[in-house]
Amino acid sequence: MTSLLPILPALLLGFGGMALLLVGVLTKPEPAGFTTWGAIVLLVVAALVSCAAPDTLLFHGLLKTSLFTRFADALVYTAAVAALLLALDYNRKEGIARFEYPILVLLGVLGMVVMISAADLMSLYIGFELQSLALYIAAALARDSVRSTEAGLKYFVLGALASGLLVYGISLVYGFTGTTSFAALAGLLGANIGYGAVIGLVFVIVGLAFKISAAPFHMWTPDVYEGAPTSVTALFGTAPKAAAMALFLSVMTGPFGHLLAQWQMIIEILAIISMALGALAAIGQTNIKRLMAYSSIGHMGYALMGLAAGTEAGIQATLIYVAIYVVMSFGAFACIIAMRRRGQAVEKISDLAGLAAQRPGFAFAMALFMWAMAGIPPLSGFFGKLYVFSAALNAGLVTLVIIGIITSVISAFYYLRVIKVMYFDAGAPDFDAVPASVNFVMAVGAAVTALFILLPAPLITAASAAAKALMG
Amino acid sequence: MNQAGFPILSLLTYLPLLGVVYIATLRGAEEAVARQARQGALAISLLPLALGVYLWTQFDPTQAGYQFVESAAWFPGLDIQYRMGVDGISLFLILLTLVLTPIAILSSASITKRGRSFFAALLLLETMTTGMFAAADFLLFYVFFEAVLLPMYLIIGVWGGEKRIYAAVKFFIFTLAGSLFMLLALIWLWHHAGTTDIVTLLHTPIPPAAQLWLFAAFLASFGVKAAVWPLHTWLPDAYGEAPVPGTIMLAAVLSKMGAYGFLRFAVPMLPQASAAAEPLMFTLGVVAVIYISFVALAQTDMKRLIAYSSVAHMGVIIIGIFTFTVEGVEGALFQMLSHGIVIAGLFVCTGVLLARGEGLALSRLGGLAVRMPAYAALLMLFSLANMGLPGTSGFIGEILVIVGALKVNFWVSLLGGAGMILGAAYMLVLVRAVLFDKFTRPELAQVSDLNAREYAMLLPLAALVLWLGIYPSSFTHMFDASVASLVQAHTAALSSHTALAMVTQK
Repeated sequence: MTSLLPILPALLLGFGGMALLLVGVLTKPEPAGFTTWGAIVLLVVAALVSCAAPDTLLFHGLLKTSLFTRFADALVYTAAVAALLLALDYNRKEGIARFEYPILVLLGVLGMVVMISAADLMSLYIGFELQSLALYIAAALARDSVRSTEAGLKYFVLGALASGLLVYGISLVYGFTGTTSFAALAGLLGANIGYGAVIGLVFVIVGLAFKISAAPFHMWTPDVYEGAPTSVTALFGTAPKAAAMALFLSVMTGPFGHLLAQWQMIIEILAIISMALGALAAIGQTNIKRLMAYSSIGHMGYALMGLAAGTEAGIQATLIYVAIYVVMSFGAFACIIAMRRRGQAVEKISDLAGLAAQRPGFAFAMALFMWAMAGIPPLSGFFGKLYVFSAALNAGLVTLVIIGIITSVISAFYYLRVIKVMYFDAGAPDFDAVPASVNFVMAVGAAVTALFILLPAPLITAASAAAKALMG
Repeated sequence: MNQAGFPILSLLTYLPLLGVVYIATLRGAEEAVARQARQGALAISLLPLALGVYLWTQFDPTQAGYQFVESAAWFPGLDIQYRMGVDGISLFLILLTLVLTPIAILSSASITKRGRSFFAALLLLETMTTGMFAAADFLLFYVFFEAVLLPMYLIIGVWGGEKRIYAAVKFFIFTLAGSLFMLLALIWLWHHAGTTDIVTLLHTPIPPAAQLWLFAAFLASFGVKAAVWPLHTWLPDAYGEAPVPGTIMLAAVLSKMGAYGFLRFAVPMLPQASAAAEPLMFTLGVVAVIYISFVALAQTDMKRLIAYSSVAHMGVIIIGIFTFTVEGVEGALFQMLSHGIVIAGLFVCTGVLLARGEGLALSRLGGLAVRMPAYAALLMLFSLANMGLPGTSGFIGEILVIVGALKVNFWVSLLGGAGMILGAAYMLVLVRAVLFDKFTRPELAQVSDLNAREYAMLLPLAALVLWLGIYPSSFTHMFDASVASLVQAHTAALSSHTALAMVTQK
């Protein structure tokens, strides 16, 4: 039984998803509420079980669980539960409350859990594809809406390209080393490495960069964020980002750990382009979901800074950053989902005008998330930036940090603009009452974001232990 | 624990948050809520003031280092702790904040729109500012230093004048851009010393080559905050557009944050670099004094004129700090207090006019002394103090700075001292245009003199101006020890370095 415990969360998600699917197919009318709550319960149970699971290697080294995977899993579970809570009411009102959506989320999370725990390029690819396919369908959830189907198709085509590049990279690495196991690769890829494996490495990085939407592989992000139903965007902005970033960390430090000299520069460039693009391209946006898309590109740039440092402190910084980002992000999406006037979802930034006068609590929560994303203390986002800047500076990446500082100032401008619209501009948004589930997510996000400063120790210690487990 | 027996500094800092909670619970009609919020905020803000006075009485002036120190675990694994402490340099700046917050609250009678948020923001601002002056850890300092932006951005942007949005965004972006460079310096120092404890940082030698970079970073952040010329351009907009209580807090307290940063970090931590930057800082200070005084002279709006006079006075403070003499630094510190009180008084005076529905354009005012003798007397007092008339607080600060500068450089002393004459020029223009001359409009003959609430704001400030001016040693006595040790440490650091350089030359 002990040997099954580490894989039990994945089994729960898989079999639970199948069971819910059966219920969904056999029951009339569509039991969307039931499957959603079922999925939430399954996710919570899986999260608890995964916390109790021991460190081990599974299936002859295909999967590996450690403090690091548990940390990343916890982020993914939290984000997925938040996204499902946000979807409960939204999907019903938009007429897309299909029972398949929570099941897709479950399968997506299963894919993420597999790819986080992957200790072999094959299991990595399987997890990667499983979560991608689930998310492609989710993006096109509103199948009668042109925008949503377009988003799904766009995501699928570009995602398939990225998967192709990834698998091509994997094949090159396999071809030049003769193995796909992380542990064996780490031993083989030492000082004198052939060009073939390096090219393979570059392709793998491109595939992963696509998933975390790091520029210049970000093209799908704004369109998919905008086109997908907001409840699905809330998922895209959080769980897959955390999972893909965790995968990025484990691949770069695991099999390619000795090739720091080869990949450090690439990661730095990705970070710089992402930060710059996230800061500059967001300025002109009028749609809040597109704004969030560019903002997430920028945030991935900052998170990559920790990886670029290539040190244990850097990994810890990236983990802290991603954890803080996930909370800010689902909080902000809770606010965006609550933007609904006379039953109609609105998503223009200008629709927020005058919100602070009408709904001070709502506006204040949104302002908190915007400030936190801009990295203003005492909010949580600042500490994420503090840790990545510190790790990068410690690794001697001064230029990177200075660029990070400049882009922080630029991006503060557009976050401030959202606050400006809510607080300074006159208007009457007349938003509908916010459903309890959305209020709950918003309140939890706001509380964590604002009060992180009082109790930073648990996250910092956990991230430190996770980074240690990863770097061994 | 510290000598008070309880965490007095944390209590001082976080008591206003109680008010925020109370205000958040208020419900009802907009005007009634605003009134209740104002009264609640006023009552709450008097508590830390009382505690602050108690702190003053318990403060030991013979000690140079931090007193009433508190510490608690904060960030694990790294040596970052929650540390609070107060010394001679920060004591009066904390008190200044505590005194001016109730006055700012009193001056916000005209705020009826979204009153709850306004008073909550004002109290938050008090917490952030007090916390910043009381922080004995660099990271904690930084957190408070930046967090001040959040309430201030809203105060300017929501309740400000016509160009409020432009002013608020400019204020925010300027300050943020500056402070992020300080963050870089902070991270560097943190790795260099292994801690962010200010006391340890003060005793960690820093290589002179790195000092220059760090100094540049500090200059970017503290220079913006203190509105050192040419980083001051956000200031007239922010002061001009903010509502009167916001302007009071900005001009009287927030502008001191920059000067305080120089005194607390730049000068003692980077002795070589600050010595090397002395000519630069003198130049900036002198330019501020002379050029900005002329700019003030050209203003047509009462609030903007006072705002520019504030920039000119910051020049004097900068000169004083960078003389590295006991007189100069004490003068700068004294001037910070005096300027805080005087400028608050002047801005309250503009608020009095606004409350009577008058504009602030100088060309549309005049002759007010006839109908408002009490107002005229007080405005006159603050104006005289602002130009540094003997017997008022402004004189002591200016003269100490001039004496300190004289020890270092005659020309700096002369040109910095010229500020007193130029100050007289623009302040007298202001006084003439507002109080004397003829009525420019018949309505001006109808205005009423000060009411009880306005007396409650102006009289304490006037009393403080005279107290500081007539019996300054009750204040200087408290910071003598801290300033002396600061200057000594600076001289020692420089001479040991020169000694070392001479040894290596041989």
